[in-house]
Amino acid sequence: MIFLQLFFAFLQIGAFSFGGGYAAMPLIQAQVVQKFGWLSAADFSALVTIAEMTPGPIAINAATFVGNQVAGIAGAVVATVGVILPSCLFVSVLAWLYMKYRKLSLLQGILHSLRPAVVAMIFTAGLGILVSALFRDGVISFAAGNFQIRSAVLVAAAFAALRIWKLNPILVMVACGVAETAAQLLTR
Amino acid sequence: MKQKFVDELHWIDDDEMLDMVAIAQSSPGPIAVNGAVIIGYKLEGIPGVFSAVLGAVLPPFVILTVISMFYSAFRNLFVVQSLLTGMKAGVSAVILSVVYDMAAGVIKGKDRVNIAVMILAFAATYFGKVNVVFVILITIAFGAIRTILREKRGTKA
Repeated sequence: MIFLQLFFAFLQIGAFSFGGGYAAMPLIQAQVVQKFGWLSAADFSALVTIAEMTPGPIAINAATFVGNQVAGIAGAVVATVGVILPSCLFVSVLAWLYMKYRKLSLLQGILHSLRPAVVAMIFTAGLGILVSALFRDGVISFAAGNFQIRSAVLVAAAFAALRIWKLNPILVMVACGVAETAAQLLTR
Repeated sequence: MKQKFVDELHWIDDDEMLDMVAIAQSSPGPIAVNGAVIIGYKLEGIPGVFSAVLGAVLPPFVILTVISMFYSAFRNLFVVQSLLTGMKAGVSAVILSVVYDMAAGVIKGKDRVNIAVMILAFAATYFGKVNVVFVILITIAFGAIRTILREKRGTKA
């Protein structure tokens, strides 16, 4: 039952993405790419790119996109409701507890401990996207035609642009897309 | 968010805003949605939660639905393919850069346990292919024990 699968997959993503923003990325990848195969690694990279380019939380962007791809607009609604339901419940309970006890130290302590693990998992998911950008079939092999030298140059240039010149990430991404398109047109 | 709710609309005051941000950030899920739940609940109870969450979710929902339709129709076009290929390289760099900043933050905290957790979690998920939910649950349990022990020590001293 595809709708139930969508609902519970995104319920899990909503329930375990502590820390906002990129924290949801490894969970989305685990459910959507690894467990159910709804998106290929290349489609997942496209999704992260699209999510990065548009406003709104990545988890909601992903739920709407994957739901639409897998089961149309009804799938999108089911997945999106799934991803926000844990937020609604958890925050309501927490706000109620807070009004009662005015104490958040245990929760903040847990969150503080969770942060390093979240960083590590974002790194793992990011490496997956890097591999799918650098290698044609997403398999690490330096055989001719598989390793994308131009992509490697783009990654290095984009990283330098972000770190050294502190350029806007969206600008950097668009520039990479335009550079790749120009290069492909010229070498055709 | 703060500018809108505190300065313009005067729905809540500064101190409350700080605690609400803490709650929104401590809860799982998108922070914008968590914030919408708290503010909606405070203003209008459960109906407030529904309308605030709907307001936070609807714009990305509509945008991504439209993009999803275009993606299915146009993803095989040459220009779309090449743009996405290039942007994939760009987004890899963006994520690496974000991770660099976050990891630097953890390392600068000079908490050896936190640094160890970061290395272990990376090894577990990258090399061990351990389920991310499992890693999160273990870390939550570990963090809870650590916090309770630290608070006990604090009260004795």
